[in-house]
Amino acid sequence: MTRYSRRTLLKASAAFTGASALGFPAIVRAQTEKIRIGHLTPLTGFLGVIGGYAQLGVKLAADEINASGGILGKQIDLLSEDSINPATAATKAQRMLEQDGAVLLLGEISSASSLTIMQVAERNKKVFFSTGARSDALRGKDCNKYSFHCDIPNTVMVNAVGTALMQKGMVKGKKFFTLTADYIFGHDLLKAAKTFFAAHDANLIGDELIATDVTDFSPYLLKVRQAKPDVVCCNLAGNQVTNLVKQYAEFGFPYPLVGFNLNTGDAWAAGAGNLSGTWPTVWYHTLDNPTSKAFVAAFSKKYGKPPENHAWIDYVTLKLLAEAINTTKSTDSNELIAYFEKQAQFDIGKARKAYFRSWDHQLVQEAYPFTVKPKDQMKDQWDMLVLGDAVPAANEPLETIYPTKEQNPCQMKA
Amino acid sequence: MQLEFLLEQVVNGLVLGGYYLLIALGLSLIFSVGGIVNLAHGAFYALGAYVCVELTQRLGFGPAVVISPLAVALLGILFERFILRRFYTADPILSLLVTFGLAMVAEQAIRMIWGAAPVSTEIPQSFRGSVIVGDFLFSRYRLLILAVVAAILVCVWLLLHKTSFGRVVRAGIQRPDMVAALGIRLQPYMTAVVMLGVGLAALGGAFFAPITTVHPAMGADIMTIAFVVVVIGGLGSFWGVIIAALLVGVVRGIAIHFEPAAGEASIYILMFVVLLVRPRGLLGERIEKFE
Repeated sequence: MTRYSRRTLLKASAAFTGASALGFPAIVRAQTEKIRIGHLTPLTGFLGVIGGYAQLGVKLAADEINASGGILGKQIDLLSEDSINPATAATKAQRMLEQDGAVLLLGEISSASSLTIMQVAERNKKVFFSTGARSDALRGKDCNKYSFHCDIPNTVMVNAVGTALMQKGMVKGKKFFTLTADYIFGHDLLKAAKTFFAAHDANLIGDELIATDVTDFSPYLLKVRQAKPDVVCCNLAGNQVTNLVKQYAEFGFPYPLVGFNLNTGDAWAAGAGNLSGTWPTVWYHTLDNPTSKAFVAAFSKKYGKPPENHAWIDYVTLKLLAEAINTTKSTDSNELIAYFEKQAQFDIGKARKAYFRSWDHQLVQEAYPFTVKPKDQMKDQWDMLVLGDAVPAANEPLETIYPTKEQNPCQMKA
Repeated sequence: MQLEFLLEQVVNGLVLGGYYLLIALGLSLIFSVGGIVNLAHGAFYALGAYVCVELTQRLGFGPAVVISPLAVALLGILFERFILRRFYTADPILSLLVTFGLAMVAEQAIRMIWGAAPVSTEIPQSFRGSVIVGDFLFSRYRLLILAVVAAILVCVWLLLHKTSFGRVVRAGIQRPDMVAALGIRLQPYMTAVVMLGVGLAALGGAFFAPITTVHPAMGADIMTIAFVVVVIGGLGSFWGVIIAALLVGVVRGIAIHFEPAAGEASIYILMFVVLLVRPRGLLGERIEKFE
């Protein structure tokens, strides 16, 4: 019954599968009286789920700003697209700035894509607010004048969890085994972890670099057992964290699993009975302060579920951008840079206000460690986590947990 | 000591291969009878996972893992009756297009029904943890999967080789015109085989739901590995697919044991080597044009 050669079929199948990975450009509409802002975030691939939240967050912010009169009296025209991968992200960023007339860019979760967008921003001399990328290098050796960094960097996540672990006596003299995502973000996180281990007398007895398309971790888990560590440490990203957490629960190892990176969306996806251990977060929807609560209420009302931390960070970023544009009365990138470099303070829904550090453009803010609630105490499927005290402690300066100039050299060309 | 760990990886690889087999065997079966490369196969896998999660919340995991593949297999009837049937004798490019389109429709449908965020489900307590036999460690849950896969393989083999149903199907694969000339209508057999293939994919999804991220694009993810397996084994070959699936699992385990960074690349290298030596796959039919 098969009249055509199998090879033709396979080739054609491969072509179709390939075609599905390419994005299609949005239809560009001519708009004059609006201020166009470009937003990029991965909606496909291993970061797609949290990217979906980021997009909902930024849309909510744009709607709210527009409903209250817009910026400089003009409506925001938000152009929000799937960045897909580093190459596509750069191409789209270029198009948004050159052809679509975007005055600035924000978004992104993947550190690899963020890096390529940063380069486009610098070439075009337009500001880019990297909302969700965490690699230290982006605000260190790869930094540039036009790029700002809103999420906490890897060093902060390591410090947040590390501090919590030290209080439990889980660091000094302990044997760690790390599972690390094999791209710029993971490498960077491992470097921060190694610095932390070295500073606190912990031993790293094994590390596995794991490609971002791995969904089955069983061979790696066998290697973990072979090494017999005291603590297993997850340095993965996106839904790989979910897969690992689920499979770790499946194998039921006695070694505690902790992690230096987790987004609440991935925690929710792992499920109540699977997740344990101590992890870091930049924000959680149970934070008790007016700005945060108003955002959670608006988001839940509009989308029928609580916001994830990437929804929050894209939301607050657009909000603080609008505030900055209204204050400076300009969308000019150089004026915005000058304004932010004065370390203007912003309410981002945390106990302490945040500001962009002038020398590396990092948004300096509180971070939190969290542990997992026992299943019978959860109110709903999203009520999974117990936030620890904000780090750094209230009496310490915010910058104590951030990388220093020596750890993270950033030289911005004028 | 090293040897034991290596053996452990090999055994684990066999278990994993058994799981790949569920997806690839269905793909291969549907191709054998209809000559259709079903690009929507991954969608049925995803659907199996989602239905299983949904039913687990209501009935518990045991019933869910049995009912969800059956429910999805029923959808397979509609799929065969209203879509595939039109394409058996048409240009294969058309069936590729239509099944590819269907995969996208299914993914969006899942997004609309269950949302873009993953849904979560857990392994039942009794299957959690690992079993240690001598120096070997097995995941209790994967042993269960392995047992089920082995039972299914035996059943499928018996069905195809020891029943009159199987004889007609096999004859239909070789000489559909002859079967028709004997006055046997192949259509019901086609429907049954598509149901079987779709059900196997859904079973794979249902079994993997507790240990992987259940998200709308999971079908597209699994198709890559399913294609690697059928290409290595030879599309349409029962034993070829079995050997290839086990081989892929084992090669990956060994690669990760010695050179973790090459873990994922190893299966593609394996595929490359197989294609160089035998373009039709290990046990695939000879392709005159290429050999």
